[in-house]
Amino acid sequence: MKASRSPYTAEFLLEKLEDLYEVEFTFLKVEGLVDGLLPLDRDTQDFILGWATRLLSTNLYISHEFTIRVVEALDRLERRVIEAWAVHAADVFDRAGLRPALEVIQKVDAFLVNAHAHAEGVTFDEVEPVLSTFVCGLSGRRLKLAQGEQVYTDSETLFLPNISARLEKAKDNFLLCKAQVAFMWAQTRFGSFRVDFDVAFAQYPDREQALAAFHALDTVRLEACLERELPGLWRDMLRLEGLHGGECVEEGVCNTPLHSAWATCRGVLHTPSATVNDVLDLIPQVLGMEFPQPVYQPHLNPAAITACMLARMEREKILFRVKLAELMKEQGFDSAQPTEEEGFDSAQPAKEEVAPPEFEARETQEGQGFELVLDDKPIAPPEDVKQLMTSIMLDWGDIPPEFLVPAGDGEYDPALYSKEERDAEDVWKGIYHEEGAFLYGEWDYARQHYRKNWCVLREIEMTAGDPAYVDKVHEKYQGLVKHLRRTFEAMRDENRLLKRQAQGDDVDIDALVEALADSRDGSEMSDKLFQHMHRAERNLAVMFMVDMSGSTKGWINDAEREALVMLCEVLETLGDRYAIYGFSGIGRKRCEIYRIKRFDDRYNTDTKARIAGIMPKDYTRMGVAIRHLSQKLNAVEAKTRLLITLSDGKPEDYFDIYNTQYGIEDTRQALFEARRTGIHPFCITIDKRGKDYLPHMYGHANWVEIDDVKKLPLKVADIYRRLTT
Amino acid sequence: MASATDQNNARIHDPSSYIIENQPYYVPVGDEITLFEAAYASYLPVLLKGPTGCGKTRFMEYMAWKLQRPMITVSCHDDLTTSDLVGRYLVKGGETVWVDGPLTRAVRSGGICYLDEIVEARKDTMVVIHPLADDRRIMPIEKLGQLLEAPESFCLAISYNPGYQSVLKELKQSTRQRFVAIEFDYPKAELERQIVMHETGLDAATTDKLLKLAEMTRNLKGNGLEEGASTRLLVHAGKLISKGVEPRPACQGAIALALTDDGDMISAINELIGALF
Ligand SMILES: Nc1ncnc2c1ncn2[C@@H]1O[C@H](COP(=O)(O)OP(=O)(O)OP(=O)(O)O)[C@@H](O)[C@H]1O
Ligand SMILES: [Mg+2]
Repeated sequence: MKASRSPYTAEFLLEKLEDLYEVEFTFLKVEGLVDGLLPLDRDTQDFILGWATRLLSTNLYISHEFTIRVVEALDRLERRVIEAWAVHAADVFDRAGLRPALEVIQKVDAFLVNAHAHAEGVTFDEVEPVLSTFVCGLSGRRLKLAQGEQVYTDSETLFLPNISARLEKAKDNFLLCKAQVAFMWAQTRFGSFRVDFDVAFAQYPDREQALAAFHALDTVRLEACLERELPGLWRDMLRLEGLHGGECVEEGVCNTPLHSAWATCRGVLHTPSATVNDVLDLIPQVLGMEFPQPVYQPHLNPAAITACMLARMEREKILFRVKLAELMKEQGFDSAQPTEEEGFDSAQPAKEEVAPPEFEARETQEGQGFELVLDDKPIAPPEDVKQLMTSIMLDWGDIPPEFLVPAGDGEYDPALYSKEERDAEDVWKGIYHEEGAFLYGEWDYARQHYRKNWCVLREIEMTAGDPAYVDKVHEKYQGLVKHLRRTFEAMRDENRLLKRQAQGDDVDIDALVEALADSRDGSEMSDKLFQHMHRAERNLAVMFMVDMSGSTKGWINDAEREALVMLCEVLETLGDRYAIYGFSGIGRKRCEIYRIKRFDDRYNTDTKARIAGIMPKDYTRMGVAIRHLSQKLNAVEAKTRLLITLSDGKPEDYFDIYNTQYGIEDTRQALFEARRTGIHPFCITIDKRGKDYLPHMYGHANWVEIDDVKKLPLKVADIYRRLTT
Repeated sequence: MASATDQNNARIHDPSSYIIENQPYYVPVGDEITLFEAAYASYLPVLLKGPTGCGKTRFMEYMAWKLQRPMITVSCHDDLTTSDLVGRYLVKGGETVWVDGPLTRAVRSGGICYLDEIVEARKDTMVVIHPLADDRRIMPIEKLGQLLEAPESFCLAISYNPGYQSVLKELKQSTRQRFVAIEFDYPKAELERQIVMHETGLDAATTDKLLKLAEMTRNLKGNGLEEGASTRLLVHAGKLISKGVEPRPACQGAIALALTDDGDMISAINELIGALF
């Protein structure tokens, strides 16, 4: 197949690249790129040009930088990995801007040094969903996975590289990540960090050397722990080491016979009772020697560990004490004032006489950790407190007595114990003051990938309008509403008695009498002699998503509101759960959802006033609204879920890419996601050109255009009927 | 627990008179036996609460054996009607014949009626047990015009898993407040080891690995899993292993796939299995 198409010529490539990179204006150099691309086969050329074009929609310089490096990278890495690399660069651009993104592209050089030739690498995004669950299953503190430049942990987050490609096969690279994750888990679980790094290494003139020896010795200890705890994984780790060992000649370590001191150390460190203190004691014995560096061994980052641990130990101490105070209240002790009964019994303050209850942490009988005891009574702490205890014990070895004093009133300041959010995504929220907002990805069809956390959405309560409005509409359309009610009532599923059934709760006497008569006549006796109560079980939830963009100003807005009034009137008769939300916004950072009627809200004066208050706002970024409302819809229990959009036009946003095919494709993708979760999306539009794009977004059967609002409730009835019968 | 002589033929019992012959294997995890006996002696109905596969049914079998009463079990589902419990008329040879439902049979024979997964039944069906579950202990059979008064030996027990039920399927207050509740959970590690070894004949080392795996999946509860592996699943995996299946595939089939359909979750559990075995 490749042979059938000849590679592009130098002229073609030059023209193509000059055009792509607008060299007239940018003065970027493309001749070197042509030289790189020319010897490749057509298929590879297309692959590169394709990705260069996709990245161009993100940023011209990133694309250019990519094209410079990709030829060399392709020599060593699979295409799948190259794609992941490019997408990651685009994500970084979205999140952090041009410079960090360029760095991602440029770093591939450093990365290639470590990569196995022709490696089937695995990307972080591939391993993360499985391994973050995997590590959650292991006991101990909840650990997070994140992308980092190196493999290391700060004792809360495990950092893995973007792409793991040290081994040849994808399966083995995955196993390597798993082994690294398990190893870092073991570091936290078996107390590798219960060391004061500043004090413990002060005596060594060469701190780095001593730290290296420490890490190597501790690795030996943890290997034994892993062998005991996770024998299956340990077998895999040995195999990986074998695979890697054969190739690491250039590191010169694996092939060097280790000094016999190591065997002695191993003897000590392999006993189950060995702790990190044994490791510290052994450092002088191996200082300055060559040491083993197994492939799964992560880096040791004492600075990160110390910073993270100090902050955590402070925070968890006060948090634990606050939790104890809460537990105490729950158990009927009140620290601040005498309880009501006491007040009732005697007028005197009982405060001084009651000794404060005492908490204690006791080792359980099974010897599996600690249990919490309040005034000699074991209490079952809630899950979050249990986890807190686990985390504290991992850091301290036990629960220090000063932790067991319930917090006093002055110590309830959440600033003292709530965690300062630090990871990249949270910083990203912080910069834009996006606290309390919802972040959603958006589909970039040019990139063929999501832009992560691209849209910032807020939910806002709809301001109330004229409370009398609904009644006016009701009056105006009285006749129509009556008619609609009848239509909807006919759809109402009611308990009804089904007669002449082959099975049922009761004998159908009429049928039986007939059958007896028949049998006397000599004809065959029917077996349909029962009656059965058919029970109504409508189980439908519908979400109306109302376009509140500026273009609805005027009659369309009126039409929407009137239609909603009529809909509510009739939906009330059906008894189905329904909700109404409006959507609008400007730009991706100001997407807004207006609450008009939540599923739990009644159709009362307040709701009616909010319907009256619907008014034209700004633009229509539809994808994010669909994503948000789908989540809400999925949170209600129902057999059938409907998402009905009332709209006047296609997706658009303020001077934004959203006005192009991009917006249509994102909306389509959002609907696709909704459908995957079992939602049925429909669109009712007033746009005469709807047929140009709605079938593409909603599918042929799932949209209607109406020219008259009065028809809207009937259309909804149609949709209902289609779904429920 | 069919004995070897049954071979391929099912034994037929009449549930309203069949009394379990051999003592069912049951390891008490708390004071549930005393509680149940006291409730039984006081004619109070019992509600067993607890996650799936933690021994509720086995406990009932044990109690039925211990009290020497026949036991009739009904698995509730959302199509269960009042007639399914109480009884109905059938037509036989041109005549209508009344046939008792399981609840009626249990009352008439003074046995134990065990309604499993009670919340699955519709609320309007469930109200038929109300007069039986309060101190009247009666059961009206409207279609026969009869009022059955339960004999002293009759006992009503229901089970309910509060964990994964949705708000829609909560037990009504008027129902739950009629019962003495006994809470069940997975047995403590030591007991669970004993149970799994007894039920499967596995050695201690492999059993310990199964217990560790159970603990790992229980850590995942609320983090993508509705429920961790129950004692029942450990018994299943153990039985496969003692029949000669390799531990990894045995656990994948009996535990990972039984717990979830989510692809990433299955992979993660498989990785945990692979790490242990
Ligand atoms: N305490 C116990 N003693 C003996 N066996 C037990 C005990 N707990 C659990 N088991 C084992 O677990 C298996 C499952 O228990 P059982 O069927 O009683 O669960 P259940 O609580 O009734 O679950 P469900 O709610 O799904 O019906 C039993 O077959 C038995 O092997
Ligand atoms: Mg059961």
